[in-house]
Amino acid sequence: MDKEQNNEIGSLANVRHVVLVLSGKGGVGKSTITTGLALALRQAGNKVGILDVDLCGPSIPRMLSVGRPDVHLCDAGWVPVYTDAQKSLALMSIGFLLDDPDKAVVWRGPKKTALISQFVSDVAWEELDVLLVDTPPGTSDEHLAVLENLKKHRVDGAVLVTTPQAVSTGDVRREITFCKKTGVPILGIIENMSGFVCPHCSECSNIFSKGGGEELAKLTGSVFLGCVPLDPQLSSSMEEGKDFMELFSNSATSTAIGGISQTLLQRLQTT
Amino acid sequence: MADVPDNAPEHCPGTTSEKAGTSASCQGCPNQSLCASGATKTPDPAIAEIGEKLSSVKHKILVLSGKGGVGKSTFSAHLAHALASDSTKEVALLDIDICGPSLPRILGVEGEQVHQSGSGWSPVYVEDNLSVMSIGFLLSSPDDAVIWRGPKKNGMIKQFLRDVDWGELDYLIVDTPPGTSDEHLSIVQYLSSTHVDGAVIITTPQEVSLQDVRKEIGFCRMVKLPIIGVVENMSGFVCPKCKNTSEIFPPTTGGAEKMCQDFNLTLLGKVPLDPRIGQSCDEGKSFLSEVPDSPAADVYRTIVHSIQEYCSKRVTGDQDTC
Repeated sequence: MDKEQNNEIGSLANVRHVVLVLSGKGGVGKSTITTGLALALRQAGNKVGILDVDLCGPSIPRMLSVGRPDVHLCDAGWVPVYTDAQKSLALMSIGFLLDDPDKAVVWRGPKKTALISQFVSDVAWEELDVLLVDTPPGTSDEHLAVLENLKKHRVDGAVLVTTPQAVSTGDVRREITFCKKTGVPILGIIENMSGFVCPHCSECSNIFSKGGGEELAKLTGSVFLGCVPLDPQLSSSMEEGKDFMELFSNSATSTAIGGISQTLLQRLQTT
Repeated sequence: MADVPDNAPEHCPGTTSEKAGTSASCQGCPNQSLCASGATKTPDPAIAEIGEKLSSVKHKILVLSGKGGVGKSTFSAHLAHALASDSTKEVALLDIDICGPSLPRILGVEGEQVHQSGSGWSPVYVEDNLSVMSIGFLLSSPDDAVIWRGPKKNGMIKQFLRDVDWGELDYLIVDTPPGTSDEHLSIVQYLSSTHVDGAVIITTPQEVSLQDVRKEIGFCRMVKLPIIGVVENMSGFVCPKCKNTSEIFPPTTGGAEKMCQDFNLTLLGKVPLDPRIGQSCDEGKSFLSEVPDSPAADVYRTIVHSIQEYCSKRVTGDQDTC
């Protein structure tokens, strides 16, 4: 018992808020939104951490252009990688622990559960205002493992990411049930890839339809946190690992992400 | 392939391994005596049953991608529609995305029920010659979440292959979830006694997607699954008003084209982003019959044609070797 408590002090005791980023659907932009929110929260003066538990496809290291650093072990556990000298944005990705980044991780559930359980409780986070946990798509082994282990400390709640189409909101509805069944409060829903403004003629096309996220929020009685448009500058910044929030601070997209991060922060502080 | 039960200790050597039941980590495992008896090292009898069951299926195609949301289900559905447009062909779709089944909606059969008959579960028919099976048909409400760990998902996939009354088929298309995990290992394992034509790999142009897809290619090579080719989806967007093309998901590292060169794979085609594709999927209609004269529909048809050709070659090739 004592030992377990010590362990927690080492890992999550100095973390104020823990937020899961979830989506039943793949490729809706969980990692992009996680990175965007982290950059926005940092810009607003918070200390932010990202925990990337997507074993089969960790994307965050690339989005923050940290590549494949050597991670070090200290007494309290794995030392996260800092993206800046001020240590305002820390990242720990399960990808860092794999031998060969190009090799597929072909593991069945129990093996993933074992690694994730260890991983979640063994990161030596310093003081953080918000820890964002980026997850793989679905409602399976990884999610249960993450929750079981984070719950020993605390989980403030989950942010659900969807794209506007019914095909995507349909999967996110199932994720909402997952949250209810596992007792995770839903902090809100974000609609990503919502409309595309043609850079040539400014015509807005709803490539993946429009309004599905907001509708879903209404239907399920959840808070709608906002829309993030499709923006080639956002995708290229993520591809190249550049700080989109700083580079395009005046764009509609960065304003949207900034707004969502503020609403989220308020939700965290009041609940 | 190592099989590790849910209740096994962390360093389980796998129930089919040489050391099963005898390694140090087996001490205290509830399965130890069963593993030590050797019973777990014999192949799963279901594999032979599945082989028998699917012997009436001419071609089997897997649709894969390491990345989620790149359009696997959209592609699977349209491949099926296109193949079934020849009314002499029997086509079936199997959705093994247990946690996020999208095919029922994309095919416009959401809310349908699966019926039990003497010869097994009857799949749901979209057209006379196009049937589909998905866990979506077994859920009671659209809010139902399937919160299952690996072994339970594998059991479901086994049932889909063994207990569904597929009948005589020309094509069975298997739509998969993202990643390289339980579902993927299981489908390959369960189909190991049958002949699989190969996999179609779907990607989007960005590196963030390609880096996951490369892993999937590694997976295919590891399990010796032939790759029919790669489809680049969401490749450029033509503004309906000014007709200018925007790269919404920019191919910063050369896109699927470069990846295909690197891995010596066939690029089957690049499907442009078209809002009407997503719309057709939401409405459960076939984009190919809704907007047949669009550039995207043209690309789809070319891709389907290449796949048909690949499959017909495989048949003659097999007869030579068998």
